[in-house]
Amino acid sequence: MGEKSFELFPVAASSIAGHVDALYAYLVLVSAFFSLLIAFCVVFFAVKYRRKGDELPKPVDEHSIGGMVLEIVWSVIPLGLSLVMFAWGASIFFTESRPPADSLEVFVTGKQWMWKIQHIEGAREINELHVPVNRDIRLTLTSEDVIHDFYVPAFRTKTDVLPGRYTTEWFRPTKIGAYHLFCAEYCGTKHSGMVGTVYVMNEADYEQWLSKGSGEGSMAEEGQSLFNQLGCGTCHPSEINKQNGRCPNLNGLFGTTVELNDGTKVKADEAYIRESVLYPQAKIVAGYDNIMPTFKGLVTEDGLLKLVEYIRSLGPAEGMPSSATPVPTQTSGPQPPAQPTANSRAANGRAGAAPANRAAPGNQ
Amino acid sequence: MIAATPPTEIKKNFFNQKQGLASWLLTYDHKRIAILYLLGVTFFFAIGGIFAALIRLELATPAGDLVDSNTYNKFFTMHGIIMVFLFLIPSIPAVFGNFLIPLMIGAKDVAFPRLNLLSWYIYMIGGLFIITVLLMGGVDTGWTFYTPFSTSYSNGYVVAAGMGIFIAGFSSILTGLNFIVTIHRMRAPGLTWFRLPLFIWAHYATSMIQVLGTPVIAVTLFLLVLERGLHIGFFDPAYGGDPVLFQHMFWFYSHPAVYIMILPSMGVVTEIITTFSSKKPFGYTFIAFSSVAIAVFGFIVWGHHLFVSGQSAYAGMVFSVLSYIVAIPSAIKVFNWTATMYKGAVRLTTPMLYALGFIGLFTIGGLTGLFLASLGMDVHLTDTYFVVAHFHYVMVGGAIMGFLGGIHYWWPKIFGKMYNEGWSKISAVIIFIGFNLTFFPQFLLGYMGMPRRYHVYPPEFQVLNVLSSAGASVLAIGYLIPFCYLLYSLKYGPDAPPNPWGATTLEWKTQSPPITQNFEVTPVVTQEAYTYTTEEVVHVG
Repeated sequence: MGEKSFELFPVAASSIAGHVDALYAYLVLVSAFFSLLIAFCVVFFAVKYRRKGDELPKPVDEHSIGGMVLEIVWSVIPLGLSLVMFAWGASIFFTESRPPADSLEVFVTGKQWMWKIQHIEGAREINELHVPVNRDIRLTLTSEDVIHDFYVPAFRTKTDVLPGRYTTEWFRPTKIGAYHLFCAEYCGTKHSGMVGTVYVMNEADYEQWLSKGSGEGSMAEEGQSLFNQLGCGTCHPSEINKQNGRCPNLNGLFGTTVELNDGTKVKADEAYIRESVLYPQAKIVAGYDNIMPTFKGLVTEDGLLKLVEYIRSLGPAEGMPSSATPVPTQTSGPQPPAQPTANSRAANGRAGAAPANRAAPGNQ
Repeated sequence: MIAATPPTEIKKNFFNQKQGLASWLLTYDHKRIAILYLLGVTFFFAIGGIFAALIRLELATPAGDLVDSNTYNKFFTMHGIIMVFLFLIPSIPAVFGNFLIPLMIGAKDVAFPRLNLLSWYIYMIGGLFIITVLLMGGVDTGWTFYTPFSTSYSNGYVVAAGMGIFIAGFSSILTGLNFIVTIHRMRAPGLTWFRLPLFIWAHYATSMIQVLGTPVIAVTLFLLVLERGLHIGFFDPAYGGDPVLFQHMFWFYSHPAVYIMILPSMGVVTEIITTFSSKKPFGYTFIAFSSVAIAVFGFIVWGHHLFVSGQSAYAGMVFSVLSYIVAIPSAIKVFNWTATMYKGAVRLTTPMLYALGFIGLFTIGGLTGLFLASLGMDVHLTDTYFVVAHFHYVMVGGAIMGFLGGIHYWWPKIFGKMYNEGWSKISAVIIFIGFNLTFFPQFLLGYMGMPRRYHVYPPEFQVLNVLSSAGASVLAIGYLIPFCYLLYSLKYGPDAPPNPWGATTLEWKTQSPPITQNFEVTPVVTQEAYTYTTEEVVHVG
């Protein structure tokens, strides 16, 4: 980007881009070889064997020129070359679909026709994304309306952004600069206006940009005030070891395995939290009743991401077994609304030291 | 119009044996129905082409300065719907399949002549729905109708357009059914399966896809209409549906539908290459069974349209490897066509130019499909102009080159007239050049990252877009020339002999144009389809 001159090859600005370009080179070489081979044969045969006079060619016995051998050769060689394309492409894809464990988290909400971006530390932007160079960035994406697609050609990566679901995309920018962000899935009237810019900055510039902030709290802090505003805490305890018997304790929940009342187990990831807020009846934790009302319509996708981030910040407590299921006890009585202080992770979030026991990407 | 230009000679043929408009609108003759279809698909091709021209005109500049975004979105949607459902899918099967399958197998007609006429009316009613949508203000979902945009957000006439495609689909199912039964039951005495022309094998495979695949798109569109009209949740998460389910169902038909478009074209090209090489096709059985293999494997690769849609990575792997396997039968065909010319007696007639153009363009279209089947590569390229270029190389470079090759090859048989060889060769070359100039730059645009369906685009993409638009105007001229000399030939062209090309298949053994009953005496077949003997030698071409 930048200069608006004529270019024939996109800039490569992510750790994966070089691999994609190498695979592209292989594909171009194989394609060029076969295209030229076929074109040469067609032209050569058309000239060499052009019809002269009325004489018909002598019938060619296919066996005499190794018909069967030829058929096998020109089936097996393309198959072999194709399987290399398959394996090479699959290995790049698997790298692309598995974000590294300690990635910097960014949350993206697509809506007709803009990108809303939230950083864990609280900074928010529209149609712009600022990220530090040489850091793994993991995006969690969702849509408020139709399907969009978050595409940065310089990073050679894109992912569909679906309503009602979280998808993930990650990249490691390797080159400082400003790059196109496109919506690549047709989304209506201003589809071609749903574009933006990704700014890759050095660490110091990024810190400075971040410190300007939006003047609001971190996502977890905002999630906490939303949590209180919606009255979630009147039922769900969020302090360690507190139980009220009516609703599961949310402290130490995120990333653990939860047992449901039908005996199945589910991982408490972003998608699970989101579903539990909007469709509480879908998955009932073992030992609890189906009493939670839906919050559908009361909380936006942005808000849901904040709630998820707040619950994530309550994280699995250190040393807790990761499959701990909150056990209801009979210590009843109304609990005061939970008021935990902003947790350490959110406070440290700027440095990006996410806990290593982070949940695996939930949605692929 | 065609009825008004009977050949000047008194010889009886299917044009002059009955007269009047009613004799056409109520005909059961597969040849007349084929001509009704020819009029229909040509009309829709022209409409779809006008939209293509408007798209390329708008994209000549990066700004959205010709029309507004809503109008642009309707342009590419109408272009896609009309070209895919009303031109490409019926084009070769309904025109050449209808005309030639009974002739090639030595039959008097298809198995169900009334059903055949009914399928033309169904097609026209479907087309009428689409034209109505067009006149009312169009639809803006893209031809893919992705949910929940199409069910909950689009302001266009989605239901009417969906109904139009739903209806036209039944025409496709009935035609496929008719062909399958015809090929099984109506072959002339002695015409065993391995004596059949390869055109018949290609249409048999196509018919299987039409019969098995089309009901799925009908169901999908029906669910879409229910959700849009009655808010019954199938696809929109707001009603508890799953938007990706729509994509699975849509592509379960629409990927095999690509083979409905290309397999008949492959059949046409096989006939042309063998005739103008005066040589039996190399690897007859491999070409025949590769058609069947494409039809079968084509049904299990749909997921390669969903690599970035939130489908599981393992499902992606399975669909990727299957997509490579379906590419092999296509490669086998290309190699066999090329080998057919080896030691043949090649004549570069107009149909042959189209067939050789087909080989070149289809090869590029097929090879670039390998890029998109590769998972890591597809993540970058999907939904960009690379995809647009790829499928136009297959659909336009493949299917339309085959259609035009077929028109020029069988024109003397269908209308009994020869066209101007000089003009037709010139237009074939113009189309080839114009096509490449239009679509090759789009591969580069795609790798640069220009998304498809963009009304406004960043200025650094302009040079390639201008090249593409310039190519489109060359292509448009290339398409207009055949209209002129073909219509001219109907009135002023010299009469065609029964077999002007020295071809061996049965349709050339009867007069041009054929009589209503096709053959005076039912032929008895004693040899393979492509047995070239010196008595077939003629001096045309």
